[in-house]
Amino acid sequence: MFLFLLQAIAWIFRPPFRPARILNQLYFIGFKTTFVVTLTAIFTGMVLALQGYYSLRKFGAEGLLGSAVALGMIRELGPVLGSLMVTARSGSAMTAEIGIMRITEQIDAMETMAVNPIQYLIAPKIVAGVMAVPLLVAIFDIVGIFGGYLVGVKLLGVSSGSFWSSIESEVGWSDVYGGFLKSISFGLIVTWVCCYKGFYTEMSAEGLGKATTQGVVLSSVLILVWDYFLTSVLL
Amino acid sequence: MITMRGVEKGFGQQEVLRGVDLEIPPGQLTTIIGPSGEGKSVLLKHMIGLLKPDRGEVWVDGVEISRLRGPSLDKVRKRFAMLFQSAALFDSMNVFDNVAFPLREKRLASESKVPRMVNDMLERVGLGEMGHKFPAELSGGMKKRAGLARALVVGPEIILFDEPTTGLDPLMARTIHNLIRSMHQVFGFTAIMVSHQVPDIFPISDWVAMLKHGKIIAMARSRDFQGLTDPVVREFVLAGEMPGPSSVEGPGQS
Repeated sequence: MFLFLLQAIAWIFRPPFRPARILNQLYFIGFKTTFVVTLTAIFTGMVLALQGYYSLRKFGAEGLLGSAVALGMIRELGPVLGSLMVTARSGSAMTAEIGIMRITEQIDAMETMAVNPIQYLIAPKIVAGVMAVPLLVAIFDIVGIFGGYLVGVKLLGVSSGSFWSSIESEVGWSDVYGGFLKSISFGLIVTWVCCYKGFYTEMSAEGLGKATTQGVVLSSVLILVWDYFLTSVLL
Repeated sequence: MITMRGVEKGFGQQEVLRGVDLEIPPGQLTTIIGPSGEGKSVLLKHMIGLLKPDRGEVWVDGVEISRLRGPSLDKVRKRFAMLFQSAALFDSMNVFDNVAFPLREKRLASESKVPRMVNDMLERVGLGEMGHKFPAELSGGMKKRAGLARALVVGPEIILFDEPTTGLDPLMARTIHNLIRSMHQVFGFTAIMVSHQVPDIFPISDWVAMLKHGKIIAMARSRDFQGLTDPVVREFVLAGEMPGPSSVEGPGQS
C-alpha cells in the first residue's frame, strides 16, 4: 500500500501533466462536499457551544466560550470531522469509481493504450485531495465558530464582545498552522487509502462492496490515529 | 511476429496455462478457440503484457516482453490495440471521447485533426451518429463497435480481440465478425481473436488454433482445421456445428 502511494506521488511530478483532471477532481472532492461539511460544521459548533457553556458556567468563565469553541474547532474538530465527512462522501465514491473501472477492465484498457492508470486516475485525486481538504476544513472552522456564536450569544446570552475577544486573545497562528498541517495529511490519507482499495478490489460485486467499506473504515481509523501522533508533536 | 514458448500460468492452486507454444503469423487473422474456462483470455493478456507468465517467454518481433515494465513495455504496447470482452469503454466519457482517448493521450494527432479521424472511424463501424452517447446508453453490439473504433483509430499493427461476440445475438455476432474481417482486409493488421463461437469463426479466420488443458493442441489454416482428425478437436468443432435441441413434445403429441 505504501508503494502505491510512492508511485502515485512520483507520477504527480512526471509529464504529461493533466491540470484539467486535477480541476475536475477538485470539483468532485471539494465543491461537491461543501454542503455536507457546512451542515456538519454548524451543528458541531452549536453542540460544542452548548456543552461548553454549561461546563464553563461552573467556574464563572462563560466569557471564554468563544475561545473554547474556536480552539476546539481549529485544532481538532475541523480537521478531523471535516476529513471524516470527505471520507464518507468522496472517499467511498472514489473507491467505487476506481473499483468498477477495475472490474469492467477499463483500467486494463488504459494500460493497453500505454496510459499509466496510476498517473491518469490516482495522481490527480491525490493532488486534489491535498488541496481540497484544507479548504473544506477552513469552511468547517468558520461555519462551526458561527454555529457556536449562534448558540452561545443568541441563545444562551453570552456577551458578543467577550465571545469574539476571547477568540482574538486565545487563538494563535500556531493553532491555525497545526490544523492546516493536519488537514493536508488527512487529505492525503483519504485519497491514498480509498484509491488503493478501489484499484486492488476483488473482481466481484461483493469484493467492491468490501473494498468500499474497507476504504472508508481504514481511512477513518488512520485519520484518528495520525491525529493523535500529530497532536502530540504539535502541542 | 508473436511467439509464445513454454508459457505457464497459474492462479493460486489452479494451473491455467501449462506450457503454451504458439506462433502467430503476421498480417493474418488467427482465432484461438477452446471450451469456456480454458484460459483463452489469460493467453491473450500475456501477448500484451497484462499478465506475466510464471514460466516461459513471450516474444513480440524479437523482443521478449514478459519481463518488461514501464516505458519499455509501453513502447511495445504502442503497436497494439485490444478489444475487451465487455468493450471496456470509459463510463465517464461519451463515445466520441472514448475513441479520441488514445489519439489524445498518445499525442498521435493534433486536437484539430481529432474530430475528423474519430468521426471517420465511427462511420466505418456504423456509429456515425452516436458520438454524443455515453456507454450506458448503448446496446451490447454498439459498445463492441465503439470499442473496435477505439482500437482501430490509432492504426495499430496488432489487434487482440477478447471474445468480441460473447453476449450478442447471432445476427449481431455475425455483424461484428464481418466488421472485424472487413477492417482486417482494409487495414491489414495482425489480428488475434479468442472465441468459442464455432463454426462462425471459420469463414473469417486465416488460421485457427485450439487451446485445451492449458496447451495448444492443434493449429492449422482455417479451411484445413475442420478436417483435422484429432478426436478432441473434432468433438469441439462438431459440437459447435450441431443443430439445437428439438422442440419438447406437449401433451397429446407423439
